[in-house]
Amino acid sequence: MSSDAVSEVASSVSRGRPSVGWALLGSEISVLFRRRRTWAMLAVLALVPILIAIAVRVTRSTPNGGRGPAFLDQVTQNGLFVGVVGVLISIPLFLPLTVGVVAGDSIAGEASAGTLRYLLIAPVGRVRLLIVKYLAAAVFCLAATLAVVVAGTLIGIALFPVGPATLLSGDVIGVPETLIRSLLVSVYVTISLLGLSAIGLFISTLTDVPVGAMAATIVLSVVSQVLDSIPQLDWLHPWLFTHYWLGVGDLLRQPISWDSFGSNSVLQAAYIVLFGALAYGRFSTKDVLS
Amino acid sequence: MTGDATAAIETRGLTKRFGSHAAVSGIDVTVPRGAVFGFLGPNGSGKTTTIRMMLGLAAPTSGTIRVLGHDMPRELHSVLPRVGALVEGPGFYPYLSGAANLRRLDTADRFAPSATRRARVERALERVGLTHAARKKVHAYSLGMKQRLGIANALLTPRELLVLDEPTNGLDPQGTREVRNLIRSLAAEGTTIFVSSHLLAEVEQVCTHAAIMSAGELVAQGTLDELRGVGRSELRLLTPDAGLAIHVLGSFGLSAETTDAADGSALVTATLLGQTAEPDALVAALVGGGVRVRGFSIERPSLEDRFVALTGEGFDVVQ
Repeated sequence: MSSDAVSEVASSVSRGRPSVGWALLGSEISVLFRRRRTWAMLAVLALVPILIAIAVRVTRSTPNGGRGPAFLDQVTQNGLFVGVVGVLISIPLFLPLTVGVVAGDSIAGEASAGTLRYLLIAPVGRVRLLIVKYLAAAVFCLAATLAVVVAGTLIGIALFPVGPATLLSGDVIGVPETLIRSLLVSVYVTISLLGLSAIGLFISTLTDVPVGAMAATIVLSVVSQVLDSIPQLDWLHPWLFTHYWLGVGDLLRQPISWDSFGSNSVLQAAYIVLFGALAYGRFSTKDVLS
Repeated sequence: MTGDATAAIETRGLTKRFGSHAAVSGIDVTVPRGAVFGFLGPNGSGKTTTIRMMLGLAAPTSGTIRVLGHDMPRELHSVLPRVGALVEGPGFYPYLSGAANLRRLDTADRFAPSATRRARVERALERVGLTHAARKKVHAYSLGMKQRLGIANALLTPRELLVLDEPTNGLDPQGTREVRNLIRSLAAEGTTIFVSSHLLAEVEQVCTHAAIMSAGELVAQGTLDELRGVGRSELRLLTPDAGLAIHVLGSFGLSAETTDAADGSALVTATLLGQTAEPDALVAALVGGGVRVRGFSIERPSLEDRFVALTGEGFDVVQ
């Protein structure tokens, strides 16, 4: 295309109707997954179940049922559970760590790179930017969870026998059913991380220092888990965004108990609304001086 | 200068306070359409804060801003797609290539059509001479290349107004010349250009209008000629016959002063006010009167003289 033709095209369409703006979401997700940091975090997450599986395989010891996370003792009989074990081990720290990095970086990272002002004068629209940033963080939550579950399931199939699995309720389910349960666990864990993402997004609007926002988000997830383990504060527990994080077990009973799934979803939605509103309140009127 | 509704930028009593400190206090800037407007001032005089308010990045404490006939920041969404800007240095994702960075920023503008995105990015890169580095990651760019990429970003769609904050920062002399030429060619296409700079020579070479900021206040504004003070030019004559020269110039109604110069010559200076004799006639009269003319020039005061007079000398700039 000659340059004249290009400028002609550009001038003829430039003042048309605005697009809905899916291009920005696509761009946001592609930028997220073009960063080496994102892939490094996903690789570390995938290593968690791989290391567990190798450790169990090499020592050939069957940990006794009382110690270690649920299902660890089942791994040697059924490799399909490695993914679920990996995700249970990653929930308290590894997953919130990576989600904290992505959510905390969302606005503060753009501010510190100097790209925030260029997005705003494009003009991106401040609300639209918050929504796109949040959706990208949610996509990362899913990718992070799947990295653990998929890597765990694959290494499990490679190192251990595959067959019917025994659930917490004592029932036995077949291979396809086990894979479906693993996917359900992934969905549960992804939803569990959505509240934390909203908190990270809000903190990210408060500062131009991305590391600070990341650290604050991660610390909050740890604090919430500590509070959740103090029995004297049991009145507070149902309100903590980490309260249902380890409720995954309910999906591994027969029949499935949907209680924690429902309560968790409602709780996470409440956190999204609350911190989404706070992020909007802060960011929509903020002077961008970075 | 007219303050009609078609001004590209018009601020009234624009003020921005940070705590008790007024970064910008009550400025009235009017940028006519089609002008190349130089926004001058020492570092820290409030130029960038003013630009941030014009682009809706920061909210004014008081006062109004109209850009392309619309209120800012209220009508930001209909104004900004028609404005290209470079604010306080370029900002890019270092891990993306130059072209990928531009495509990314272009997706943020809902009026920018995706169908022509690649072509428009290539065209903008070509315009600033970065085609060869389009696929290179930005962290490998020099400061000058980043600056040019920043200008390319401002040119992604046809703009009615370009706001360029220190556009030649970090550029070598060739790059500076290119930017000047670019500004001239954009202005020739009818784009209004608002360029902030502390480099006076820059502004003097490309601008038609200018405003001077000092300590958050607007101390002067107008066309370049108005700012320099039309007609207040200076005659400089190099001659060994100073006494004779003063006599000849006196017959034209000019009061001359003498200072010693090298080689036994003296430098004779006189201020030309309004209508006086043509320089040709002055030289003819001097030579006719037996004055040995070794050098003769008519110099108009530079913007720099005016700038220093308004904002202070050296490091004593008003804070």
